[in-house]
Amino acid sequence: MPLLDVRHLTTAFHTRAGIVRAVNDVSFTLEKGETLGLVGESGSGKSVACYSLMGLVPQPPGRIESGTALFDGLDLLHNDPTRLRSIRGKRISMIFQEPMTSLNPYLRIGDQLIEPLLIHEKIDRKTAVARGIAALEEVGIQDAAKRMKSYPHEFSGGMRQRVVIAMALITQPEILIADEPTTALDVTIQAQILELIRSLQKSKGMAVIFVTHDLGIVSNFCDRVLVMYAGRVVETGAVRDIFYQPQHPYNRALQKSIPALQPKGKELYTIPGAPPSLTQLPPGCPFAPRCEFVVEKCRETPVPLLETRPGHSSACLRVQQGELQLS
Amino acid sequence: MAKKPETLLEVRDLKMHFPVEKGLFFKHQTGAVKAVDGVNITLQKGEVLGLVGESGCGKSTLGRTIIQLLRATDGTVVLGGENLGKLTGGRLRRERAKFQMIFQDPYATLNPRMTVRDTLAEAMTAHERIPRAKLDPAVRELMAKVGLPASAMNKYPHEFSGGQRQRIAIARALAVKPQLIVADEPVSALDVSIQAQILNLLAQLTREMGLTLIFISHDLSVVKHISDRIAVMYLGKIVEVGPTLQVVEKPLHPYTRALISAIPIPDPDREQLRQRIILSGDPPSPIDPPSGCAFHPRCPYCIEPCKGRPPILVQYVSHQLAACIRVGEI
Repeated sequence: MPLLDVRHLTTAFHTRAGIVRAVNDVSFTLEKGETLGLVGESGSGKSVACYSLMGLVPQPPGRIESGTALFDGLDLLHNDPTRLRSIRGKRISMIFQEPMTSLNPYLRIGDQLIEPLLIHEKIDRKTAVARGIAALEEVGIQDAAKRMKSYPHEFSGGMRQRVVIAMALITQPEILIADEPTTALDVTIQAQILELIRSLQKSKGMAVIFVTHDLGIVSNFCDRVLVMYAGRVVETGAVRDIFYQPQHPYNRALQKSIPALQPKGKELYTIPGAPPSLTQLPPGCPFAPRCEFVVEKCRETPVPLLETRPGHSSACLRVQQGELQLS
Repeated sequence: MAKKPETLLEVRDLKMHFPVEKGLFFKHQTGAVKAVDGVNITLQKGEVLGLVGESGCGKSTLGRTIIQLLRATDGTVVLGGENLGKLTGGRLRRERAKFQMIFQDPYATLNPRMTVRDTLAEAMTAHERIPRAKLDPAVRELMAKVGLPASAMNKYPHEFSGGQRQRIAIARALAVKPQLIVADEPVSALDVSIQAQILNLLAQLTREMGLTLIFISHDLSVVKHISDRIAVMYLGKIVEVGPTLQVVEKPLHPYTRALISAIPIPDPDREQLRQRIILSGDPPSPIDPPSGCAFHPRCPYCIEPCKGRPPILVQYVSHQLAACIRVGEI
C-alpha cells in the first residue's frame, strides 16, 4: 500500500472571469522513502495540488470539487480539522519557495523552530529547545545555541531556508512537500540545500514531493516525475523514462527548449504560443493549440492519462494509439 | 567579409561604491558597499558579453553604471570614443540614444496607461524628428521586428503575457537605434518555454542589426547560449573572463568551477556521473570584504598567500583571463 494515494483531485477557484480548475483530475501515489517530482510551468497547478493536500487552499474562493487523498487510511481532503491538525506539520510537513515569508519576522528563530514540537509532542520547553539546537546543527548552522536567539533578518537567504527545513523536519515527518525550495536561491546555495535535503531524506527514510519548474533539479533529485500542464497530469513515469523515452509532446518540447542542453549559437527550439488561460480551456487536449503533432481528434474530447509503457503513462491520444514515436 | 574588429565600449577601472551611513540627524559615513570595485571590460562591435554571478555580486550595478543610471565613483566608461562619465544634462540625454537597457520585469518598466503604440512612438520621437504620417508605419515595422502582431498596436501592457511584454520592452530599446544594449536578467521572470523564444529573438536581433549586447544573468546555461564571451563576477570584481566555450568547458577560477558544477543538468545519466563541488557558506558582505582574494573563505584550494594581496586578472590561455594565483597548480 502506498504511503499517500491521491485520486481524481480537482481543485477549482471561483473568480470573476469564471471557474478556474487549477488542478484537474490529478491522481498519483507516493511510496515510502521515494522522491516524486512535480514539474510544470507557472499556472500548471503543481503548487495548488500541494496546497490542497495540506488543506491550505482558502475556501472560498477555492473549492476541492472532487477526489480523495488517502494517507494511512485517512482521507486528507475530507476530514474534521482537529484530526487533520494532528497530521499537518507533524507527519506531513511543507516548505515554501520564499523563506522570508514563511518565517515570522517578530519572533526569534528558536521560538518558531520549536513551536511544532510544543504543539504536537507533549514535551517541556527545555527538551524542545535542546532538540531545536540539534535540528539547527543537523542542517549545518554553526553556533546553533546562540543562533536560536537571532531574528530571521539576521540570516542570509540560504540560512533562512535551512531554518525552514529544520523546522519542517523537527517532528520527523513521513512526507515532506517542498514547493520550489531553491528557486529564490543562488545556484551554489541551491546545491547546498539540495544536498542537505537528500542526506536528511536518506537518514530518515522520508518521502519527498518536490515541486519545481527546473528539469535539471528533477534529473538529479527525483525517482519519479509528474509532468503537469494547465492543471492536468500529461505524463508520469520513472525519471529516466521521462527524459529518455518521452511519451507526451509537451514533455519532449520542454526538454528541447532548455538552453543547457543546446550547443551555443544554435537556435533554441521553442514551443509556439503561451499556455492557455485556465478560464478558457480548449475542449480537447489542453496542449493541442501549441502541439506540432496535433490532429483533429486531439481537439475534440479530453484525453485521459493511460499507461503507454510499463510504469509510464501519457495523456497524448496519438501516443496512446501508437501513431506517434517521440524518442 | 571579415571586418576588422572595432572597439565599441571600453570600461576602465570602474568603481561604484555606495556610502553606508549611520545616525539619524548627524549622518556620517561609516563605510562603503563596494558593489563594483575596479572592473575592466573591452567590447568589440557586434559582440555579446555574458555577465554572470550570484545575487549581490554587483553585476546589475555594473550594468547600470555603464548605462549611466548610476554615476561611477571612479573609472571611465568610453563608448565609441566618448567618455560617458563626463557628460551631463542635455549632452548625456542626446547620447543616450546610443545605449539602452532592458530590465528583468517588463511590467514594471512599461507605463500601464500607455498603449504599445504610444510607448514605442514616444521612444522613437525622443531622439529623432519623425513626421506624424510616418510614425505608425515605423511603429509597425518595429513591432514586426520583435515578433509582435501589428493588431496589438492599440493594446495596453496588462493585455499581454510576460513574454510579449518583454518583446515590447525590447522593441522600445531598439526604437532609438542603439549601438549598445545592456539586458539585465531579461528572461529570468519567464517560463522555460517562453525563455527560449526571447533568447532566440535577442540572438537574432544582435546578428541582424550588428548590436553589441551585455547580457546579465545569474543563470550560466542561459548566458552560455547567447554569448561570445563570458565574464564571471564575484563580490564586485571580475574573477574570470574568456570565450564562452573555454570558460564553460575549461574554467580556470575555482569559483567558476563551483558555479558550473552547481548547475543541475536535465539528463539523469550525466547527472549521476558528475562530480559536484559544494561550496560551504555564503558569499561575504561587500561592506567588509575578506582580505586578499574575496573568494578565499569558501575556496577549496585556498592557501596562505591567497589571504594576502587581491589577485589580478592574468591571461592563462589565449583570451582567457582569471584572477587566481593558483590557476597553474590546480
